[in-house]
Parts: sequence; C-alpha cells; structure tokens
Amino acid sequence: MNKPLLGLVLGGALGALDGLTALISAPEVKPEIMGIVVGSTGKGLVAGIVIGFISRKVNNLTIGIGAGIVIAALLALPIALAVDPATGKRYFWEIMIPGSIVGLIVGYATQKFGQPAPQRS
Amino acid sequence: MSLPDAALTHLRQVLRAPEPPADRYKIREPIGHGGMGTVYRASDRTLGREVALKVLRADVAGEDAAIRLEREARILARLEHPGIVPVHDVGTLADGRVYYVMKLVRGERLHDFARGVSRADALRVLQRVCETVGFAHAQGVVHRDLKPSNIMVGGFGEVLVLDWGIARIRGTPDGGGDEAAAPTLGAPSIAAPGEADTAPGVVLGTPGFMAPEQARGDAGQIDARTDVYALGAILRAVAGAGSANQPVPRPLAAIWNRALSPDPGGRYGSAAELAADITRFLDGAPVAAYRENIAERAGRVFRKYQVAIILVLTYLAVRLLFLAMRGL
Repeated sequence: MNKPLLGLVLGGALGALDGLTALISAPEVKPEIMGIVVGSTGKGLVAGIVIGFISRKVNNLTIGIGAGIVIAALLALPIALAVDPATGKRYFWEIMIPGSIVGLIVGYATQKFGQPAPQRS
Repeated sequence: MSLPDAALTHLRQVLRAPEPPADRYKIREPIGHGGMGTVYRASDRTLGREVALKVLRADVAGEDAAIRLEREARILARLEHPGIVPVHDVGTLADGRVYYVMKLVRGERLHDFARGVSRADALRVLQRVCETVGFAHAQGVVHRDLKPSNIMVGGFGEVLVLDWGIARIRGTPDGGGDEAAAPTLGAPSIAAPGEADTAPGVVLGTPGFMAPEQARGDAGQIDARTDVYALGAILRAVAGAGSANQPVPRPLAAIWNRALSPDPGGRYGSAAELAADITRFLDGAPVAAYRENIAERAGRVFRKYQVAIILVLTYLAVRLLFLAMRGL
C-alpha cells in the first residue's frame, strides 16, 4: 500500500477507535458519541493523508514520527481547548496525549510499512 | 661466480611470472592461486587501469588446461551480471599459456566478511549470491565449486561469485543428456563435444560444499540443485557460525537442511527458490522449508511488528491511565 493511502486508512481507523475510547475514558459523553466518532474519524483521515504525503516526500523514520505527532497534535488542539457544553469541563490532556500517540503510530507505520514512491529516472 | 640468494629469488620470480603482450599489460604481484591458474594484479597500459590477469600455472599447462581456462573465460564473458566478474580480454602468452584479463576486485572473502557482521547482513549477502547463481542457472551454467572463499564482498557492498573454473554448461558431454533443456549459448567452443570437460567418474569440487552426486562423480545427476546444496552448506557455515550466544532460529536451520538434502529431489528446485526463502526469513515471513506452530507464529508476528504493537499498547495504557485518574 502506498504511504498516503496507508496513512488515510490507518488515520481513519485509529481516529474512529480513538473517538470510541471516549466511552471508556469519559462515559458521560455517551449522548454525543456519534459526533465525537465522526469528528475523530475526520480528524484521523486528514492527519493520516497529510502524514502519508510527508512520509512519501521524506523517507526518514524520525521525521515521519515527528510529523505524525505534530500534525495530530495540531488537529487535536482546537478540540482539546474547547469546553464540553454538557459537562462544562475541558479534556485537554485526555484529547492531546492519545491524539498525539495516534499521530505517532500513523507516522511510524507509514514510514515502516508504506510502499515508497517509485524513483523517477 | 655465484649469485646472492636475493638475486636468485628475484630471478626465479621473474622466470615464473608470465609475460603478457608487453605493450598492453604489466604484471604486478600474484594475488590468488587456484587449482589451475594464478591470478596477478596487473596494469592495463592501454586503458590506464588496474586489472586481474589469470594465467595457467606452468606446472599444469597443457592443451586440456588451456581449453579449460579459455572455456572459463568464455563462460564468464557470457554471464553478464553485477554479481559476476566481467572479463575484458583473453590471449596467449609467448610460452603458449592461455591467460584472461578481468576486473580487479577488491574486498573480503565471505568467510572473513561474515565474521565481522550480523547474521542478517551475512544473509543479505547470501541472498545476492543465490540471485547471481540463479542467473547463471538460467543461462544453463552450473558453478560446481561454490564455497565461502569463492565469494567476494567488495568495499562498496558489491557481492561477486568467483572462480568459474569448473563450471559446467547443461547439455555438454558430461551433462547428463539434458540436451533438450540446453540453452543456446552460441559459441560452439564452449560446449562443443570433445572438449576437455569433466569425464564421468571424475570428482571436481570442494569437500564440505560438494553435493553427494558430485562427490560420487555422477556427472549425469549434476544440475542447478548441485549448486543449491553448496549454497546450503555456505548458509550453514556463514549464518550458523558464531552462534554460541545467539541460537539459530529453527526456520533458518530448516532452510539449510532443505538445501542440504542428500536427495536432489528434496532440495529447493533452484537457487532463486532458496533466495526467496532467505528473503522471507529476513522479512519475518513464514519460510517454505518450515511449518511453524501457533506459538512460533505469534512470536514471529510480534517480533516483526513489535514497535507498532508496543505503540498501540502505550495508547491503550494512556487511555486506561486517564480512566483510573478519573476515579481519584
């Protein structure tokens, strides 16, 4: 699988799972879970494809991982800063840390398991 | 008048050294000896480069040996592959001895190289040896003398299979009646009947790396699988060596055991098949020579994806940590 496609698939899948885990880490958000999962999946898809394209451009594991963390953290930041209207709480670290780990996983996986772009002669 | 010892030694060396066409090659020191010839480092004056010049040893020089060396040069010239030393020139010395000129290869023999590298690196080299030998097989050539000392690893990562002196072409008189499968190699001087090739019952090769059919002198049985046996012996010698602290993985041992089957039918069908199994082993994939149980399969999958698995577990641990913190 090429790197952008692998990033897209992995980002989407892990994003959806990341959204679903909110049921474990914050069960009171159950009424809004659909919105959380859709938003998290969308965020994962965007992060995944961007990470995939960066991984295709730069064949370097460290840069791939770093880009994964930064992009996922940037996309998670607005959500992490928002206050949950239902609970009146802000789940900053609960969103930022797992979201960044997901970016790390996508960055690592696209570099390690994605097919590099064919060399142009 | 008597000459000093040093002068006598020098004179002996000069007398032993071949005299190639004076206008083209200047012989330097000997760099290798084989059963049939000696390899010298030489300078090619015309092209201004260093080359290797192989010449028949004076004590074995004769019509048969000359034909053999010329045949070796022609085989090498036909096997155009990055893993095979290219031949530049063939000729005859003033004393009638045949010589050929090839690229001068600098590097380490496989047995020396393997001492200083990881098993995986040694296996990557063997993979390329198998691919080179597989190429030769596709051209109808069986090497028949594969061993670690006939494999050179260059300083820039090049891997070369050397010494094709006793290589056999399928379909030649000692070739076991494989005429139908014989490729069209062109020059009749390589494969023409009546040439000095291995007669039935004559044993050529190196003990320890020689397949049983080769050791028996059973020329009719010799084919690509004879080289597969030697490759298995090299694999065992190189990848199994120095393993006191590092046990040999069962799939790897199974690969060489299959290659070393006494029955040619039990071996890999070709060097390419052996290379494919080595590649699978290096990639952490299941190998054709070994049927693993569930625990072994789980262990292999974990080793292959251990970083990804650890990352996912870290993610889950973080989630659980936040859950636990909520309870505080």
